[in-house]
Amino acid sequence: MPAQAYGLIATFETTAAIYHAAEQVRDAGYKHWDCISPFPIHGLDKAMGLKRSIVPRFSLAGGIVGFCTGMSLIWWTGASDYQLIVGGKPFFSPMFAFPVSYELTILFTAFATIGGMFFLNGLPQHYHPVLKYEHIGRGMNDTFFIVIESRDPRFNLANTKSLLEKAGGRDIKELEA
Amino acid sequence: MGHLDETFAAPAILQEVKPAVLPRAVLVQNNRSFGWITDKVCSLIEGKTPAWWWVCFGVACFVASFTVAGITYLVSTGVGVWGHANPVNWAWDIVNFVFWIGIGHAGTLISAILCLLRQKWRTSINRAAEAMTIFAVVCAGIFPVFHVGRVWFAWYLFPIPNSNVIWQNFRSPLEWDVFAVSTYGTVSVLFWYVGLIPDLAVLRDRFYGAGNKLRSFLYGLFALGWRGSNRHWSNYEMAYLILAGISTPLVLSVHTIVSFDFAVSLLPGWHTTIFPPYFVAGAIFSGFGMVMTLMLPLRAIYHLEDLITQYHIDCMCKITLATGTIVGYAYAMEFFIAWYGANPNEGFAFINRAFGHYAWAYWIMITCNVITPQFFWFRKVRENTTLVWVLSIFVNVGMWFERFVIIVTSLARDFLPSSWGYYSPSIVEIFTFFGTFGVFSVLFLLFIRFLPIMPMAELKAVTAQADPHAGHDHH
Repeated sequence: MPAQAYGLIATFETTAAIYHAAEQVRDAGYKHWDCISPFPIHGLDKAMGLKRSIVPRFSLAGGIVGFCTGMSLIWWTGASDYQLIVGGKPFFSPMFAFPVSYELTILFTAFATIGGMFFLNGLPQHYHPVLKYEHIGRGMNDTFFIVIESRDPRFNLANTKSLLEKAGGRDIKELEA
Repeated sequence: MGHLDETFAAPAILQEVKPAVLPRAVLVQNNRSFGWITDKVCSLIEGKTPAWWWVCFGVACFVASFTVAGITYLVSTGVGVWGHANPVNWAWDIVNFVFWIGIGHAGTLISAILCLLRQKWRTSINRAAEAMTIFAVVCAGIFPVFHVGRVWFAWYLFPIPNSNVIWQNFRSPLEWDVFAVSTYGTVSVLFWYVGLIPDLAVLRDRFYGAGNKLRSFLYGLFALGWRGSNRHWSNYEMAYLILAGISTPLVLSVHTIVSFDFAVSLLPGWHTTIFPPYFVAGAIFSGFGMVMTLMLPLRAIYHLEDLITQYHIDCMCKITLATGTIVGYAYAMEFFIAWYGANPNEGFAFINRAFGHYAWAYWIMITCNVITPQFFWFRKVRENTTLVWVLSIFVNVGMWFERFVIIVTSLARDFLPSSWGYYSPSIVEIFTFFGTFGVFSVLFLLFIRFLPIMPMAELKAVTAQADPHAGHDHH
C-alpha cells in the first residue's frame, strides 16, 4: 500500500545528473529527502540546501572540557590531594601542566567530534529502509540515488514521481518501510 | 635621450596578469570508472588468499615470535637481562621506541597535514600509511611498557588511584610522553576507523550480494549502518576535516614531547633547543622511508600502478629529500652550536659522537640520512622504483642509528669520566627488537588481506567524473 511506503527512490548515473536533480527537488520545497552517493560530491550540500554541519560545536565543547580536565587533574593531584616536593619545583604551574592538557584537549576533541558526528547522523543504525533497496549495493559503488520520504508534507505519489522523472531519475521505485 | 625613451616605453606593470597554466597531475590514471576502483580495491580482499601471503604471514609470525620470546624471558627474569648498566640506562628500548613512533608520523602527516593542504595525491596512500602508523605505535609501545620492569605495574603510568596514594609526577616529560603517545595511538585509530566506515559499507553490500552472510555481517557490524546519505556525508566530511585539523598539531606535539624526554634533561648532547623541530623532521623523514618500503612492493604485487602513479612516488621522494635535508642541517647546526656555545662538555659530546667509540654508528647515520636522500634530486633515480625502494631501506636504517647515536653516546660519556662505559645490547634486546618487525608485518599483512588498502570513496572523489561541473563553470 502506497500510504505505508517509506518513499520513492530514483536512480541517477552521473554526479552532474544528481546534482541538478537535487537542485530541482530542493526548489520544489521538499524537506524530508536525501541523496545517496558512494562518495561525497562537491557542492551537493548546497544543491540540497543543507546548512553547514554543526559538528564543530561538539568539537569545541570537547576541546574545552579536555583542556580543563588536564589542568584540573594536574592541579588537584599535585597541589591539592597529595603535595610532594619534586626537584624544588612548584606544586602546580600551568607551564608544566600544559603538555598533558594539550594532549587531552586533542583527545577529547577527537572523541567529541566523532561522537557528535555519529549522534547527528543517527549512527550506528541497525535498520534503514534505503538499505533494503535491491540495488543499494550500486549506491555504494558507482550509482547515485535520490530518496524522497512519504512523510514529507509535499509528498504525493504521482506528483513526486513526475518531479523525479522530470529531473532525470530512472527506475523510480517505492521503498518498503 | 631618444634611446632611453624607447627603453622606458615598455610599461613597468603588465596590463594583465597571465598566470601560466600548469597541467594538473592525473591522480587515477587511464580514466578509470568508479566501478573499476571498487572492483580493484575489493578484489584484493575477495579473491583467494594468494600463496605469497601465506608465505609472508608464516615468516612474519616466526619473526614476531622473537619478540614474544624476548619479552617472556624479560618478564620472568627481570629487566637486567637487557644490556643496560650504568651509565647507559636508556639504550635499545628507547631507541626502538623513538624509531617506531617516528615511523608512525608519516602516516599522520599524509592523512592529516596533506589533507589540510588539499594535496589530493594523498588519497591512494593514506589508508595504508595510517595503518602503518597504528602498527608502528603498537611496536613502539612494547618497549617503554616492558622497560618499566614490573610490567604488571605499568598502569601506574596513568592517573588511576593506587594503594600508594601518591600521584604521577606531571613535572616530568616522561609523564607528558605517556599522554602524548596514548593520545596519538587513540586518535590515529579513531581517524583510521572513521575513514574506513564508508568502505566497510561497500564490502558489506558486496559480500551480501555474493551470498557470504558471515563476512557481510562482520563488515556490516563495523560499517554501523552507513548508507551513503548525503546528509551523513555532510557531517562526516566536517568531522574528517576537524580530525585532520587536530591531528596536525597532535603529530607535531608527539615528537616534540618525545624530544623533551631528552631536551629537558641536562645531559650534553641532549639539552638543546633544536630538538623538537629536528625530531619532527626526522620522524617524517623516517616515516616516508617506511611508507615507500611498504607501498612500492604492494604496488608491484597488486598492480596498483594506475592508483599509485609515478607522480605519487615523485611526491614521496621529494618529501623525503626535503626532510632529510632538514635533518642534515640539524646535524650541522648541533655541531655549530656545540662549538659556538663554548661549553666544554657540550663540545666534547659532539666530538665524541663523530670520533669516539661510537663513531661507526655516527657515520652510518650520516651516510644514510644525509647522503642517501640527495639522490632524490634526480628524476632518473625517482623513476627507478627498485632504486627508490633500496634507498628507502637506507633511510630506515639511518634513522634507527640516529636515535642510537643520540641516546647512547651521550649517556656513555657523561660528566664524570669515572662513570664512563660502553654499551652493547644483549641477545634478549636484539631478539625483542628483531621480532617487532614481525609483529608489524603480521598486523600489516592482516590489514592488506581483510581491509581495503585504499580509501575507495576518497579515490572516487578525486577522479575527473566525480566533479558535477566537469567542463562547466560553477554557478
